Amino acid sequence: MHVDVVSLSRLQFALTIMFHYLFPPLTIGMGVVLVYLEGRYLLTRDLVYAAATKFWTRLFAITFAMGVATGIVMEFQFGTNWAVYSRFVGDVFGSALAAEGIFAFFLESGFLAIVVFGWNKVSPMFHFFATVMVAVGSIFSAVWIIIANSWQQTPTGHHIVQMMRDGKPWFDSAGHPVMRAEVIDFWALVFNPSSGNRLIHTLIGAFIMGASFIMSISAFYLLKKTHEEFARRSFTGGLIFATIFSLAQLVSGDSNAKMVARNQPAKLAAFEGQFETARGDLSMIGWPDEAARTTRFKIAMPGMLSFLVHGDASKPVIGLDRVPRNYWPPVLISFAAYHAMVGIGMFFIGITLLASFLLWRGKLFNQRWLLRTFVFAVLLAIAANELGWMSAEVGRQPWVVHPRVEHDSAGNFALNSDGFLKYRIEEGLLTSKAVSEAINAQQVMSSIILFGVIYVLMFGIWVFMLNQEIRKGPETASASSSQTRWAVADVAGKLVDEVAITTSDGNRAAHSPIYTE
Amino acid sequence: MDLPAIWFVLLGILIAGYAILDGFDLGVGILLPFVKGDAERRLLVQSIGPIWNGNEVWLVTFGGSLFAAFPEAYATIFSAFYIPFMLVLMALIFRAASIEFRDKIESSIWRKTCDFGFFASSLLATLLFGAGVGSGMIGIPLNERGVFVGSFSDELKVYPLLVGLFTAALFAMHGTLYLGLRQQRVTRWTWHTWGLFLGCYLVTTIYTLVAVPRAVPNFEQAPWVILVVALNVLAIANIPRATRLNKFAQAFLSSSVTIATLVTLFSIALWPNLVTSSSNPDYSLTIYRASSSEQTLKTMLLIACIGMPLVVTYTSLVYWTFRRQRTVRPKMG
Repeated sequence: MHVDVVSLSRLQFALTIMFHYLFPPLTIGMGVVLVYLEGRYLLTRDLVYAAATKFWTRLFAITFAMGVATGIVMEFQFGTNWAVYSRFVGDVFGSALAAEGIFAFFLESGFLAIVVFGWNKVSPMFHFFATVMVAVGSIFSAVWIIIANSWQQTPTGHHIVQMMRDGKPWFDSAGHPVMRAEVIDFWALVFNPSSGNRLIHTLIGAFIMGASFIMSISAFYLLKKTHEEFARRSFTGGLIFATIFSLAQLVSGDSNAKMVARNQPAKLAAFEGQFETARGDLSMIGWPDEAARTTRFKIAMPGMLSFLVHGDASKPVIGLDRVPRNYWPPVLISFAAYHAMVGIGMFFIGITLLASFLLWRGKLFNQRWLLRTFVFAVLLAIAANELGWMSAEVGRQPWVVHPRVEHDSAGNFALNSDGFLKYRIEEGLLTSKAVSEAINAQQVMSSIILFGVIYVLMFGIWVFMLNQEIRKGPETASASSSQTRWAVADVAGKLVDEVAITTSDGNRAAHSPIYTE
Repeated sequence: MDLPAIWFVLLGILIAGYAILDGFDLGVGILLPFVKGDAERRLLVQSIGPIWNGNEVWLVTFGGSLFAAFPEAYATIFSAFYIPFMLVLMALIFRAASIEFRDKIESSIWRKTCDFGFFASSLLATLLFGAGVGSGMIGIPLNERGVFVGSFSDELKVYPLLVGLFTAALFAMHGTLYLGLRQQRVTRWTWHTWGLFLGCYLVTTIYTLVAVPRAVPNFEQAPWVILVVALNVLAIANIPRATRLNKFAQAFLSSSVTIATLVTLFSIALWPNLVTSSSNPDYSLTIYRASSSEQTLKTMLLIACIGMPLVVTYTSLVYWTFRRQRTVRPKMG
C-alpha cells in the first residue's frame, strides 16, 4: 500500500481530533449541569445538591484536564501537518482560533481553578459565579471552533486574492500567482451559512452526552443500591435534560440537512447514498457501492428525502451524477457514519421518552433492564457525537475548504454544459494539496505512533480515574462537618487544609531540607 | 507604528507573558527531583496546581495569534520544527497528566511515576522552547516560497542546545523564586540556581556576540537598546540582593524582569524577521511578508483590546485567591 504524507496526515488528524473530542462534549454538557446543581444548592441549601455538585466537579476536572492536554495538539497540528492550508486560510481561520484562546480558554482555565480548589477560599456566591464562567467558557470555545470549522464548509465573508510581497504581487518560482483567502467581512465569516445550524447541533449533542454520562453513573448506583437519593435526583435531572435535547436534536438535524442540501449537495448525496438525481427516498439502511453507482440492500421511505429537503415529495434531490467523479466524498463512510448517528439519535428519543413516561408513572426506578441500558447508553451518545463529526468532515472531502456551489437566479443549482454542478473551484482547497511541503511520510508515521501510544495510555488513565471516583461516590450528607465554610466536608478542601496543617507546623519545616528559614 | 509591527510587539508580549508565567511552573517541575520526600514534593506540585493550566493558555493564545497575524510564519515554523514540536506536545500531555493525576491514585509507585513525568516533561519542554529561540537567532534554510528546505539535522546545532540549557537554568531560578514568593523558603536553592543561571548567561551571551551574526546589527542602529541591556543586568544583579534581604516578591519580580528583557532583546535581534533564512537572507520571512491582511490585523487588534484586559483581570483574581496556600489555616467554626 502506498502511504503518503496526505493520507498519514489525515489519519493523524482523525486520530487526534477523535480522541480529543471524547472530552469537550462531556465538559460542555457537565458544565451546564454543574451550574444547575450548584444553583439549586444555593437556593435550597439542600446538602444533597452540594454533595452532587462536588462529586460531578471531580469528574469534570479529570475530564477537563484530558481535554486541555489533547486540545493543545489540535492547535499546533494545522501548522505542523497542514502548512499549505495554514498559509491559504490563516487570515480567516487564524482569527477564530486566536479568539478562542483569548475569550474562552483563559475564562475556563482561570475559573476552573476556583471551582476545583476554591471551595474554602471564596464565598459560595463567588464560587457559583466561577462555575457559571467555566460553563460559559466551554460554550465559547465551542462557538469559536465551530465558526472556524463552518467557514471551511461554507466559506463566506472573504475573497481570494493574490498575496503581495515587498509591495508587488507575488508569483512563485514557477510563475504562478500566490493566492490566499483574506477576510473582507468579519461578521459574514462568523455568521456563515452553516455556523448557526452546526453550533446548535454540536451543543445539543454535547448536552445529550453530558446528561447520558450522568444518567449512566446514576443508573449504576441505583442498580447497586448505593447513594440512591443522590442517584435518583441526578438521574431525573439528566433524564429531563436528555429527553428535551434528544427531541430538539431531531429538529436541529432536519434544519442541518436542509442547510447541507443547499450548500454541499455532494455531501447530502453521500449521506443518503443518492447516486442519481431523482426523487429522494429516505433510506433506513443500505450499502452504497461507489463503483456500481448504486446503493444496495436499500430500505427507504419513498419521497421522504425530497419532502424533508424541499417540502415536496416529488421534487428531485441532487445526486452524485451531478458531481464530477473526482469531487465525490467517500460515499460509504459518509453514508454509514451519518446513518449510525441518526439511528442512535432515534434510539435516544425512544428510550428517553419511555423513561420519562415511566418516571411520570412512578415506575422508572424498578425497571432494572432500563437502568442497565442507561448505564451503557452513554457509549452510544459518545459514538453519535464522534459519528456526527465524521459525517461532517468526511462528507466535506475531497475539499479542506469547500468551494461554494453556484445557484441560478431561481435559487436552483446552476449546471455547466456537462450537466455538473458549478463549483467555484478557485475558492476551494483540495485536502490533497493542503499538507506541509517540509515534512515527509516517515516523520508523520512516527508522530502517529507516538500519539497512538500516548493516547492509549491516557485513555487508560482516564478510565481508571473515573472508575475510582465513581466507586468512591459522592460524599453522603451525614458525613458533613461544620468546620468548613461550606457545610459539607469536601475532598479538595480537606486536602488543602491538611497540607496547611502539616506545613504550618514549625517542627516539620525545620527538618525538611528545603526550608532554610 | 504600522499594524504588522504592532502585532510583532503583541506577540512579544504574549511570549514574555508565557515565559514569565509558565516559566516558573516549568521551573518548579525541573526542581522537583531535588526535593526529598513525598510530602514536600506534593507541596511543590500543589503550589502550581490551580494555576499551571491558565499559564499554558498563554502559549495556546500565542499559537493562535501567530496563526492569525502571521500565517506564513506559523506554517513555516511549525512544519519546519516538526519533530521538536511533536516532542513538545508529548511533553505537555504528560505534564498535564502528571500534575493533575498525581494525588488521585493512592500508590507511591504512581506518585513517583508522576513526579518523574512532571520533571522530565518540564525539562524537555523547556529545553525545546529554548532551542527554538536559539534556532530563531541563527535561522533555518528556507526556499523562495518561505518553506523549510533542511532536515532535522539542520536543527540540531550547538547554539540552540546552549540556549535550551540557558532557558532551563533561567526557569529553574525563576521557579525557585516563585516558591520563595509563596514562603516556601528555599534560600539555598536560590543561590545554586542563580549561580547556574549566571554561568549559562555569561557563556550564552559571549557565544551569541561572537558567533551569531544577527545578534548585533540591530543594536548598533538603535542605541536605546542599551537601556534594555542595563535593565536586564540590574534585574539579574538584584536577585541575590533581594534574596539576602528576604524580599522574595522583589526577587521574583526581578527574575520576571530578567525574562521580559531577554525576550525584548531577542525580539530586537530578530526584527524585522519572524523566520530568518540561513540559506539566502532574501528569503527571510519578515513581518511584512508573513502578515495577514490589514483588515484581519485590525480585527485581531480589537479582539486583543477587548480580551486582554479581561484575561489580566481573571488571571489576577485567580492568583489572588491562591496566594500563600501554605499559610492557609482550616476554617474552624
